[in-house]
Amino acid sequence: MLNPFRGFSAVFYKEALHVRRDFGTLFFSLIIPLLQMFLLGFGIDTNIRQINTVVYNADGRRESRELLDRLRNSDTFHLVRFVESDHDLTDAIVSGKCRVGIKIPVDYSDKLLHQMSAQVLVLIDGSDSSVAGQAINVTTAIGLDESLQRVLATSGNPTFAVDMRPKILFNPDSRSPNFFLPGLTAILLLNVTTFLTAFSIVREKERGTLEQLFVTPVRPMGLLLGKLLPYLMIGFFELCMILVFMRFIFSVPIHGSVLLLALLSLPYIFVSLSLGILISSKANSQAEAMQLAFLTILPSIFFSGYIFPRETMPKFFYVLSYFVPATYFIDITRGIILRGAGWVHLWTDAVALFFMGTMLLVIAARRFQNKVIMA
Amino acid sequence: MSDLEKPAISAQNLVRRFGSFTAVNDVSFRVQKGEIFGFLGPNGSGKTTVIKMLTGLLPLSGGEASVLGIDVRKDPETVRENIGYMSQNFSLYSDLTVTENLTFYGRIYGLSNDRLRKRMDDIIQLNGLGPYLNRLSAQLSGGWKQRLALGCAMLHEPKLIFLDEPTAGIDPVARRQLWDLLFELSAHGITFFVTTHYMDEAERCSHVAYIYYGKLIADGTPDSLRELPDVQPPGTYRVEITTPEVTRALRIARTLPGIRSATIFGQSIHALINDDLDLDRLREQLLKQGIVVAEIRPLAPSLEDVFVELTYKHQSEIEATRA
Repeated sequence: MLNPFRGFSAVFYKEALHVRRDFGTLFFSLIIPLLQMFLLGFGIDTNIRQINTVVYNADGRRESRELLDRLRNSDTFHLVRFVESDHDLTDAIVSGKCRVGIKIPVDYSDKLLHQMSAQVLVLIDGSDSSVAGQAINVTTAIGLDESLQRVLATSGNPTFAVDMRPKILFNPDSRSPNFFLPGLTAILLLNVTTFLTAFSIVREKERGTLEQLFVTPVRPMGLLLGKLLPYLMIGFFELCMILVFMRFIFSVPIHGSVLLLALLSLPYIFVSLSLGILISSKANSQAEAMQLAFLTILPSIFFSGYIFPRETMPKFFYVLSYFVPATYFIDITRGIILRGAGWVHLWTDAVALFFMGTMLLVIAARRFQNKVIMA
Repeated sequence: MSDLEKPAISAQNLVRRFGSFTAVNDVSFRVQKGEIFGFLGPNGSGKTTVIKMLTGLLPLSGGEASVLGIDVRKDPETVRENIGYMSQNFSLYSDLTVTENLTFYGRIYGLSNDRLRKRMDDIIQLNGLGPYLNRLSAQLSGGWKQRLALGCAMLHEPKLIFLDEPTAGIDPVARRQLWDLLFELSAHGITFFVTTHYMDEAERCSHVAYIYYGKLIADGTPDSLRELPDVQPPGTYRVEITTPEVTRALRIARTLPGIRSATIFGQSIHALINDDLDLDRLREQLLKQGIVVAEIRPLAPSLEDVFVELTYKHQSEIEATRA
């Protein structure tokens, strides 16, 4: 006769009323993720191209001009400034106007003609490591290529012994949206579900209505499910919205099954909701809940592989990343959307998420029993 | 014992420990059906803990409790099904209307649509909420919030209602109206368990108990408590001395022989004095010290006097056992 879900429909209906009445919160919780999506989708390009470059061409003859053309055509360098002294060259970099300085010495063409080694000085501003890295790679490659061409031309056997042909699978143009948006899905979903559930429970704490509900016949499962389900629905709606925008506005192709993605998002949403409950068992005010929620968002952004690849992290953070739920869901979204991965490839992620969600829910339920109901 | 005679609440030797701290220490009391039971005590003395134990939220560390004849330890769900509860912050959803709040609590208790509609009509009639049905509860004044909260707590026709400081922060008129309503409902057989800090409210209860740091130190009708020997020791009586100079008079009164204790009460002094000191001699002695007494008259102890005396006695007992 004891229905463990007692009170579920009453709580669910009431929660839906709150959401409808507080339309502003709903609107913002849906619109802000979309704004973030537009900022990241259109605004950020991690591919480094057109680095501002200053040139001191002391030679000025045909060979040196050819070298500059090659640099220009690489798309990596944007030759914005030509100077006439070493001092001006360094000054352009120190002032921050250019990131890279190239000095072609006065004897460049002569040395090439006499088949001697000609040196080109490349000054690189190291303050942004990825720009510096790209500049080193491209200049070295151009130098090597140029040298090879000359060697081959004189050897009478104009073919490469080894010819590497790299082919990038899954995101051939290295478009940033393709890389960012699937990961963003994980962050945004976490954002919405964790924040909204934590707030909806903490608000009842603040008002004292939670205390009231405990002395009614509502059963804990009925209460929690009734409160969570509306936000689960909102989270799911949000996911669909993000996917539609991603596919049709940012033209990120989805190679795998959308249905599988939707299915695998459930354990992740489950983790986020449990996290929200855990936060609400600790926080006594909405401000406190906000801070705690941010505490969960930050590791999800930095340690999940969303922005920085996990493989290059120091050992400690790499291990830490295994405890971040977003790590697994980003693996799932990138897997399905970019690589067309299936259940066979991703079931471990789903199991990990489900396990984490269960653990969190158990901890949260216990904390709730001890710190909230019996306090 | 037939069902009718069973007490609404029966608590026997209740104990609740939190670690090494004993929040409720061997507390026993009975509340009969139809009583308005006032449960008093300073903040942190264990009032809320007792309510949580009686409503099945907090397991008992010892003792037994039955509410409406149901064992709290065995069947807390059925207990909660049959009681009403109103907390001091009224526990309403401020962004829902009066009707929506009522509907929600009605559904929580599983009322059918027909019964819910009928009960809502009854309660709206009783509480006079009619004109405010579509107003958000955030826009109601304190008194109306309290009526709505009480309405929500009694939709399912509970036979016992817990009111945790129901009049904290509401105006005197609303306070009076609430008590009128409680009397009316209690006449219909509903039992109330009320905690309060107001002594005048305690005086209105048909049964009061006073808990002091986990120990129940008073339990009875207000009149029976006034006659306790600890409160009114044999060979003493109480007087009220009205004078324009209360503070100086108090200092002097405390030094006079025959006066056992004295405290200020508004513009007068309440004193416990020996029978052999009659009113005229007291007046004379005060005048000798330059205190003009406007009026002096015998007085029955108030409940506040009762609780003050019992607290002193309890404290000295604790100190005695320590020493």
